[in-house]
Amino acid sequence: MSDVLLKVEGLTRYFDVSKPWLNRVIEREDRQFLTATADVNFEIRRGETFALVGESGSGKSTIAKMIVGLLEPSAGRITFDDQEMNFASGAAMRTLRRRFQMIFQDPYASLNPRWHVGDIIAEPIRTFGLASGNAISREVGRLLDTVGLSASDAGKFPHEFSGGQRQRIAIARALSSRPEFIVCDEPTSALDVSVQAQILNLMRDLQDEFGLTYLLISHDLSVVRHMSNRIGVLYLGRLVEVADGKTLFTHPRHPYSRMLLDAVPDLTLSGRRRRQVEGEIPNPINPPPGCAFHPRCPHAFDRCRQEIPQPVDADGSLAACFAVEEGRI
Amino acid sequence: MAQPLLSVRDLVVEFPTRRGTLRAIDKVSFDIQEGEVLGMVGESGAGKSITGAAIIGLIEPPGRIAGGEIRLRGERIDNLRPEALRRIRGRRIGMVFQDPLTSLNPLYTVAQQLIETIRTHIDLSEREARARAVALLDRVGIPAAARRIDDYPHHFSGGMRQRVVIALALAAEPELVIADEPTTALDVSVQAQIIDVLKEICAERGAAVMLITHDMGVIAETADRVAVLYAGRLAEIGPVRDVITAAEHPYTRGLMGSIPTLTQTADRLVQIPGSMPRLNAIPQGCAFNPRCPEVFGRCRVERPDPIDRGSRRQVACWLYDTAKAEEAGNV
Repeated sequence: MSDVLLKVEGLTRYFDVSKPWLNRVIEREDRQFLTATADVNFEIRRGETFALVGESGSGKSTIAKMIVGLLEPSAGRITFDDQEMNFASGAAMRTLRRRFQMIFQDPYASLNPRWHVGDIIAEPIRTFGLASGNAISREVGRLLDTVGLSASDAGKFPHEFSGGQRQRIAIARALSSRPEFIVCDEPTSALDVSVQAQILNLMRDLQDEFGLTYLLISHDLSVVRHMSNRIGVLYLGRLVEVADGKTLFTHPRHPYSRMLLDAVPDLTLSGRRRRQVEGEIPNPINPPPGCAFHPRCPHAFDRCRQEIPQPVDADGSLAACFAVEEGRI
Repeated sequence: MAQPLLSVRDLVVEFPTRRGTLRAIDKVSFDIQEGEVLGMVGESGAGKSITGAAIIGLIEPPGRIAGGEIRLRGERIDNLRPEALRRIRGRRIGMVFQDPLTSLNPLYTVAQQLIETIRTHIDLSEREARARAVALLDRVGIPAAARRIDDYPHHFSGGMRQRVVIALALAAEPELVIADEPTTALDVSVQAQIIDVLKEICAERGAAVMLITHDMGVIAETADRVAVLYAGRLAEIGPVRDVITAAEHPYTRGLMGSIPTLTQTADRLVQIPGSMPRLNAIPQGCAFNPRCPEVFGRCRVERPDPIDRGSRRQVACWLYDTAKAEEAGNV
């Protein structure tokens, strides 16, 4: 059994955002493609929490959807426990799918309002034939208990629960197929901070108890800092830096990571004067040539406008930046 | 102390429903001094936005202000007729809402919206108003303002739109700006820019700000004082530094502990059990008592009023009722 549970190589996804055919003919326009993710590489080790951070439009959720098989990559490979994901074969995907699950952002949208909580949680158990008869309801009760609800809640409907409790139900449902790997796409961003703390603590406890591996997607750097072992920073569909949590937060290498950290409001009242952040994330349909970050980058020079930088090893972190590569910052 | 710019006393906002009346705001009192930034925090449903809406008279019927007073420079504004209130709204109190897409009219150019607002409140010619609008846009950091002013809102990105909204709120030089989650819809890197702009411009024009947000980080960086709301009641109010570094109300303490920070490496976050009660099920006594780690008998029966703790700080918690505690001890 290898140490790496999930490996992503050259993962790329385009979306066709062209106008309808007739418009294209009349207005003499070409097809247009939006590059949601381009050439993304990373590995997730067994038992760790790997986080992807980035602003809206950076491709976080697209990557999550491809990893759980909800979206087919345009190019690249995803390898789960040494088995390459084969999107063409339904049967092969089905056996793999039991082993990974996903928790979505909005627990108001991710639970079917017409189903009893018990049925929501039992669905994966039934689908994968993990139990039958009374064993199913016993298992559902046990799962509800694990996430801090009571077995009697199985007979209720989702609307009878608060946002935090619903997210607990979503977690119980994700656990029901006994997965090894859970993709958490902004699991707490729809929740209030005091409830967020409950859910984050629960996720940690479950990780210890079941040896789970997490891919955490978030735009909230403090949540990422709290939860993750290693972090990948995305900008406009490309990974600009991968480093372990401590390194990234104490010595960010890529200028974008630095800017992102500088922008986080400071709760500790250290009086730290942050650098003014310039500009906004550009339109992914027409990304700038070369390094996508160069229009906002204080260290940009000619090479950044022409070539796309590849990740290079820099003191324990991988950073895709020419300035880092050439030792200028 | 000088007369406060805005003074809210025992504000009560109620929403009648088929199953009885819901009290969204229950006897909330606070002041905002001239040029001060007051942060208002709380979880969803705590009543932050409704407090803001009550001040500018934008509570949607059948909701209504059922008690208390709101005074702007000593003059009551909670019982004004809609006509009179409209003259205050925009002129003396400006507003910035969360979503810049819904607070700008998509059918009019930015110039039309700004000029209309300016001319409604200030007696200027079309040309003067336009010059003023361009200057405003320039001030909030919109590049090439003179050209971009004739664009429609959809031509602007989210951050730029929020800058336009800030320009709109400040168009008539109001004395108070109510900013309701001004950066929640924005990415962090843009959020920092918007907060800086809002803070700078208000300071430069001497406008006070009531900043409504659920993000303690934003409050810490921006506000002078902070009010913490819980279930429609004021839990704690005081200078930002005091409240953040030495919270006194058990709810504020729990809230502060539950926020992950960039520097901490604690294994677990402080966790407040349960969740905020719904408005139709607020417990007797202190609204926080079922979740409070330091609850005692009195909390379940009697509701605590804000208790003065010096240096403009108030805490609504029986733990700090020293006078009465001594009295009880003597008996």
